[in-house]
Amino acid sequence: MGKTIIEKILSSHSGADARAGEIVIADVDYIMGQDGTSPLAIRAFEEINAAGLFDNRKVAFVIDHSSPSPLEGVSALHKLMREFASKHGMTLYDIGEGVCHQLVPEKGHVGPGNLVIGADSHTCTYGALNAFSTGVGSTDLAAGMISGKLWFKVPETFKFVCHGQLPNGVYSKDLILNLIGDVSADGATYMAAEYVGEAIDALSVEGRFTISNMAIEMGAKAGLMEADDKTAAWIAAHSPKQFTPVAADPDAKYGRVKEYDMSTLTPRVARPHTVDNVTAAEDLGDVEIQQAVIGTCTNGRLEDLSVAASVLEGRHVHPNVRLIVAPASRRVMLDAIKAGVLQTLIEAGAAVVTPGCGPCVGTHNGVPSDGENVISTANRNFKGRMGNSKAFIYLASPATVAASAITGRITDPREFVK
Amino acid sequence: MKFHGRAHKFGNDVNTDYIISGKYKFKTLDMKELAKHVMEDLDPEFSQKVQQGDFIVAGSNFGCGSSREQAPLAIINADVGAVLAKSFARIFYRNAINTGLPVIECDTDRIQPGDELDINLEGGVIKNLTQGTEIPIIPLPKVMLQILADGGLAPHFRRYGGFHFE
Repeated sequence: MGKTIIEKILSSHSGADARAGEIVIADVDYIMGQDGTSPLAIRAFEEINAAGLFDNRKVAFVIDHSSPSPLEGVSALHKLMREFASKHGMTLYDIGEGVCHQLVPEKGHVGPGNLVIGADSHTCTYGALNAFSTGVGSTDLAAGMISGKLWFKVPETFKFVCHGQLPNGVYSKDLILNLIGDVSADGATYMAAEYVGEAIDALSVEGRFTISNMAIEMGAKAGLMEADDKTAAWIAAHSPKQFTPVAADPDAKYGRVKEYDMSTLTPRVARPHTVDNVTAAEDLGDVEIQQAVIGTCTNGRLEDLSVAASVLEGRHVHPNVRLIVAPASRRVMLDAIKAGVLQTLIEAGAAVVTPGCGPCVGTHNGVPSDGENVISTANRNFKGRMGNSKAFIYLASPATVAASAITGRITDPREFVK
Repeated sequence: MKFHGRAHKFGNDVNTDYIISGKYKFKTLDMKELAKHVMEDLDPEFSQKVQQGDFIVAGSNFGCGSSREQAPLAIINADVGAVLAKSFARIFYRNAINTGLPVIECDTDRIQPGDELDINLEGGVIKNLTQGTEIPIIPLPKVMLQILADGGLAPHFRRYGGFHFE
């Protein structure tokens, strides 16, 4: 019988005939930790009393979650990371480089057929490049750094077939919010998601990252896509390495398959305090906002900033709204400067912060006040997520966030999109 | 592995931000300090109420959200003996096993707040002493039981120098 993408990748990396339900010990191609998870991994590394890294070219730390450091305690943890990285001769992307999930692909560390672990739940992002990448914790990170291996339970796969092309003003963020709303926050728990169909094929690689990024929000271990010409072109522009794409067999066995017509989809919004609390923007009713956020590992890439700029061009942010923009990386920021996108956003009233996680995780860069409503392009709207459990977070596409920043209330962006 | 304690009940989709808010976890590696804030957005008194060996008992998808290992570590440091839920989010589940926190899948509807429980992990059963009932446990795969028995993945690595399963 045939295999799914993840069964093939776990087979090639473990030497076993990996089938759903089995446990394998697999080789890892690349390993990443960020500043919320790496300090505990360093502690575990020391507790294990390991001799060193299995391969210092295959491990990176990223300082993105509290970056630059807003507190003395955080500064001490950053220092711990810098000293560890320097001692072991491994890569460390320091403040201002960007969000880990932008940097790992952008710096060419991951490609089709790879197996990557990251000590951050949104590591599933690289599934858009046909890699099995998944989030792990700090002890797993340490075990991977030491041995280059990790144990995995081979998951069943949930195949999402997305027919049709997205209408104008509707984006990959709306597509994935729609899927999460449909199957719920634990609809794909313990499973790998595979996204296929014309709607996926029609998207840019940047748009695909948004979908794979949010696979974890339906509980999935991975958010995989097949590689096509766009994937190959993207890889060629970012990495000197050669990769072998992996396709699912026609007779692969799926745990679940669902089909969708995306040609009639409208802009979506996830309401507080769960990502699966999804509705159409046009049905939301009147929700005033005080803060709008464009950025994060979900929607902080050039395409996202460009869409937001096209909505905001010649207009101004509502006087009651604070618009915060966090480019996903230094390269994205530079590209946005060259394209005039950042100037448009700043002229419209945006406050631009350091490339990185921005205000998404509640550590800095815009903690909302009690009772305030925030609309954000991020991937989580949990209570307290942005640092205040008395605030309310709505999630939407960059176009919806930009349109809402103009009107001061959550707004269907289609009338603003050229 | 045997456990005894009282149940503290929570609902479905208890995410890692509820278990330990991001605003604390980035500040410190002092787990005793983090343990003071465990579950505080759902129950501000939880860290004071919980007795040594008590259980967190929840619905489905416990631990969804971020990969922060501070979540199981804060629970362990609050002296909770084990977490029981209908299902767990997978990263939390891995992290719990790797840090030595027993995670038990079972029908938690049959447990009320304050119930006194006796748990035998290898025996595959929970005795609800308050209700006088027995609740079966979905058994853990051998690899996970061994990591748990070694006290977590770090002690496992220290002992064997890498992955070692019989």
